[in-house]
Amino acid sequence: MSSELEGIVVNNVAESELAWFEKKGNLYALVILALITIGSSVALAVDIRWLYLLVYLWFGVAYGVFLQYGRFCMASAVRDLFAVGVPRMAVGVLIAVALFSLTAATVKVMGVSTYYPHPIGWHGLIGGAVFGFGIVFAGGCASGSLYKSGEGNIGSMLVLLSISFSQAFYVTQGGWLNSLVPASWTASALDKQMPAELTVTDGWFDQFMAGYIWDLKSTTLAKVLGFDGVASGAFIADALFCAILPALLVLILLYAFYYRSGYLRRMKVDKPTLSEHLRGIWSMLTSSRNTAIAGLGLGIFAGLHMWVIGELRNHYEIFNFGELLADMGYTTGLSIQDTVFDPGYWYITTQEAQWGGWLMHKLGAQNMDNIFFGLENGLPNPLINAPGWMSIGIIFGAASIALVRREFKWKVPSLETAIFALLGGALMGLGARIGLGCNIGAFFAAVTNGDPSGWVFLAGMAGGGYLGVKVFSRWLDWCASREDFAV
Amino acid sequence: MAVKFNKVADGDYMLDVTGYVCPHPQMYTKKVLIKLDQGDVLTLVFDNPSSGESIVAMCEAAGDDVFERSNSGGVFQWKIRKG
Repeated sequence: MSSELEGIVVNNVAESELAWFEKKGNLYALVILALITIGSSVALAVDIRWLYLLVYLWFGVAYGVFLQYGRFCMASAVRDLFAVGVPRMAVGVLIAVALFSLTAATVKVMGVSTYYPHPIGWHGLIGGAVFGFGIVFAGGCASGSLYKSGEGNIGSMLVLLSISFSQAFYVTQGGWLNSLVPASWTASALDKQMPAELTVTDGWFDQFMAGYIWDLKSTTLAKVLGFDGVASGAFIADALFCAILPALLVLILLYAFYYRSGYLRRMKVDKPTLSEHLRGIWSMLTSSRNTAIAGLGLGIFAGLHMWVIGELRNHYEIFNFGELLADMGYTTGLSIQDTVFDPGYWYITTQEAQWGGWLMHKLGAQNMDNIFFGLENGLPNPLINAPGWMSIGIIFGAASIALVRREFKWKVPSLETAIFALLGGALMGLGARIGLGCNIGAFFAAVTNGDPSGWVFLAGMAGGGYLGVKVFSRWLDWCASREDFAV
Repeated sequence: MAVKFNKVADGDYMLDVTGYVCPHPQMYTKKVLIKLDQGDVLTLVFDNPSSGESIVAMCEAAGDDVFERSNSGGVFQWKIRKG
């Protein structure tokens, strides 16, 4: 033990004596960034319109840097709260929510917002619960699994694999699952008179979408409250009422239930005054500097991302990247509307479903006869999948900063971790399809744009996470008892 | 690969959770620290950086002291004194 420790100290001293560019990790990070820069330059030289795709890629790199810097994983926001009573990550997420709501409101006032509100219904609660249960076992949320893949975590790569293929599988399944679909959904889906090639009455997801989701209302708080002015609606209703005040309320609850007693004990305060509590809340906000900075950075960059994509859509006079791809001569993999998945903001799960779906398609699967791929998102080659490059950018960005911080390490998972990664990923995939997104698309991007459906998803995710922690804790106790783990 | 926990000497314990991602490291650490006596030292070895953030916050809240940290190629070795 002591010799191991000495070895570590010696290694660190030797490493610290090297110049910045002589350190292997820094060099590898530079190589990654150089390769992305060279690749971007080549793409632009071929066709300047690849700029649209590269914006996704580079914002992905920025997200990856912030996610790894703050070890920013929304799974731990819910899980660590219930598992070990730590509110650090939940605080970071709420800081990001408050910031992004302000940048999103600014973008909305500028008239270039790319956000469209999601339908509100029970699917958000159920999808969130399944997703929340899955993240406990997967060891990370959708974005968390991406940045951890960038740290060399092969278990997290398995989670990505599972999310990709499970979603691609779920959205195409019919057969006996058709019999579980309510007749009202089937009838409503038929009423939509969709193109015959989509076979909307065959497949649970098609009927779920056309027969249930499309009949629900989507709205923002500004519309619900009748705010007519663009600025007042964006800043007061959507940002303040839908994001900042609820975030503040949750912060106060976190302080009261998870931080207060420890803080007052450390400060040796018996009878706290209001100012003491305010200092306590500030202490909670700043307790993890990295997480708070990541929250600020992600909030700002998420807004900038929406702004840049909105401006590019105006510049190219398009509503969707599919139109640009068609103009550039790439028509394979577009939906029957000539669209591809192009959210215009930070999003994770759908592009991963496209990766799995594209490979399955190449292997002979007929998976374009459905709403998810055939009508809405298409199945473009991953090389021209703009949001897909955002996800890859997150991995590259996280790998770069992890290398610089000496935190990159190839981590081969144990059999237990690998199985949990695959099962957890499959549950996350199912939850994401039912809830119409993950912790980013269905919660973070939603509540910050005045869409209350995001809080419904979070409530489900918290409930699922709580249950997941209870089950997971039992599992650890059982494992510990088998391994003579008792002290 | 499995979680390794053993007693090195009186009041000196070792927990190795390398290869495990969240939430294993922080949950095992919490379960072990609850069972240790005040003043006991736990040497914790892990390689999932985000768990470190949670463990620091967890120890701070519980009054435990993370008094030594080292990082060798992404493998972290921390010493925690139970408070």
